[in-house]
Amino acid sequence: MPASALADVTPVPGVPKPDPVLVVDGVRRTFGGLTAVDVEHVEVQRGLITALIGPNGAGKTTFFNLLTGFDKPDTGSWTFDGQPVAGVPAHKVARLGMVRTFQLTKSLARLPVIENMRLGATGQRGESFLRALVPSLWKSQEEAITERADSLLERFKLSHMRDEYAGTLSGGQRKLLEMARALMTEPKLVMLDEPMAGVNPALTQSLLGHVKDLRAQGMTVVFVEHDMDVVYDISDWVIVMAEGRVIAEGPPESIGANQQVIDAYLGAHHDAPTSAAEEEAQLAEAQAMIAEEEEGGSS
Amino acid sequence: MDVGSIIENSLRAAVGLEAVAFVLAAIGLNLHFGYTGLLNFGQVGFMSVGAYSIAITVNELDLSMWAGIPIGILAATVFALLLGIPTLRLRADYLAIVTIAAGEIFRLVVRAASLRDLTGGSSGMTQFARDFYAINPFGDGTYGFGVFRWDERRFWLLIVCWTLVAVVSGLVILLIRSPWGRVLKSIREDEDAARSLGKNVYWFKMQSLILGGICGAFAGFALAIGTQSVQPDTYSTAITFYALTALIIGGMAKSIGPIVGSMLFWLLFAGVDVLLREMQSADYIPEWLMDGTQVGQVRVMLVGLALMLLPIFRPQGLFGDKREIQLDAR
Repeated sequence: MPASALADVTPVPGVPKPDPVLVVDGVRRTFGGLTAVDVEHVEVQRGLITALIGPNGAGKTTFFNLLTGFDKPDTGSWTFDGQPVAGVPAHKVARLGMVRTFQLTKSLARLPVIENMRLGATGQRGESFLRALVPSLWKSQEEAITERADSLLERFKLSHMRDEYAGTLSGGQRKLLEMARALMTEPKLVMLDEPMAGVNPALTQSLLGHVKDLRAQGMTVVFVEHDMDVVYDISDWVIVMAEGRVIAEGPPESIGANQQVIDAYLGAHHDAPTSAAEEEAQLAEAQAMIAEEEEGGSS
Repeated sequence: MDVGSIIENSLRAAVGLEAVAFVLAAIGLNLHFGYTGLLNFGQVGFMSVGAYSIAITVNELDLSMWAGIPIGILAATVFALLLGIPTLRLRADYLAIVTIAAGEIFRLVVRAASLRDLTGGSSGMTQFARDFYAINPFGDGTYGFGVFRWDERRFWLLIVCWTLVAVVSGLVILLIRSPWGRVLKSIREDEDAARSLGKNVYWFKMQSLILGGICGAFAGFALAIGTQSVQPDTYSTAITFYALTALIIGGMAKSIGPIVGSMLFWLLFAGVDVLLREMQSADYIPEWLMDGTQVGQVRVMLVGLALMLLPIFRPQGLFGDKREIQLDAR
């Protein structure tokens, strides 16, 4: 069980992990008066699947955007694999090995599936303008990239769509393509923003399998998800956000029982326990109201 | 009505100076808009930068006209940087606004009376391309075949220009089929996706803007050398849209698109003009509908009509891929 690495970690927000790949400190992002993200401290353990959950508007996607350089925080710093990456532009974050996907799938519609895949490879010699003019300088690399792309397409069962425009894929296939394409960058950390959204149950199972594969291959996965069954099924650790803050973290089996998590999802005080005195007072109030109504009815 | 002259004039226009200049400008626009998705509405700015570079190099700096070519390329690069640095990080529409304005600003600056000593003001400059014709290998006479006959000067110019088109198109094909071109196309499709895969989107857009702008400068060189003159008002905003139209007729994101599109555009433009004039003088068109002085305007109206019909009935242009258009709605 890979989660055993975290067996001795106390499940409280901001707890340090034995071998963190991502360490976030004091990241805050406001939009006008609204504080979208305000994370004091959080660590992500290397080689595990960490789920990031929280009600709508909790700041999960904004947090993703900040960490991957797609948005800039007001304050805060974070390190990836020991390297400070705050303020590093998105394309450099990706090259460092921290790749992301998007909640709304971004397939490159008017490029064939295989070209989508090839694009993902980093360090391509032919992407320099002058070398692009001399195909012999990059042809061999291109062949190696294509081979890798084809084997990934095979794994994600997209080989039959290889030469079709990505725009002709179904929604679920696009999710698969986006994940496969992200893997072309040879990442260490994969950040998936709602990978299962809008995917039919059968495909969800296959996507889950692929996510577990990533862990088996030694990658770290952070994913945003709303479906708790999925979270219980594949995650080793769960981080819960609400109103921009990390309010809880812990192993998945403990998180459902966490009072703060229940409050965040269902609203606080929905079934707040009351003392005997309070109960009596409420009862008396109710009886008084009933009596009042009866009086009004008889006169 | 002289049908022969109508056909002859249209065919000659299809390979003439304006057509070849438009091919070059449209190749640049194809790089910008067709491949990278950059909305450049100021291609004419790059054309006039090229044209004025040559004229100023010869008339004001007293250098050889050949020095004007690298100077023009450099000037177009600087112009692209000026436009690109503030706008390429923003949404596509901002580049469109800035480029359309920059083209106009350049035209108004060079025609300013206070710059008359440098740019010739509103009357422009002439007679700066002697160096080009001095090395003309063709002696006096007319050259070509069939209706495609020109005097030695124009023939020399057209040979050079069409050779240039072949070279530039070849380079563009090489580039677009390379990983470099793949990044451009991915930016057109979704620049955030490209960014998430480690591509420096800003720098690729800048390269595209510069390269396409240099193509525009070459169009300016061709016009300036061909007419031996530059005049600010030749380079009006409409030129950009004519070139865009030519590109759309031919089909975007296809290397043959700008070439065939520009040729067809000028074939129609010249053909309609001669046709209208012939019909007018033969009294096929009643005076109350159109008189001789209105041919120019009616021609533009008819071309406009054709351009409205084209996207309705053939949105992909002549050579575009219909499937790509259908995929456009992501």
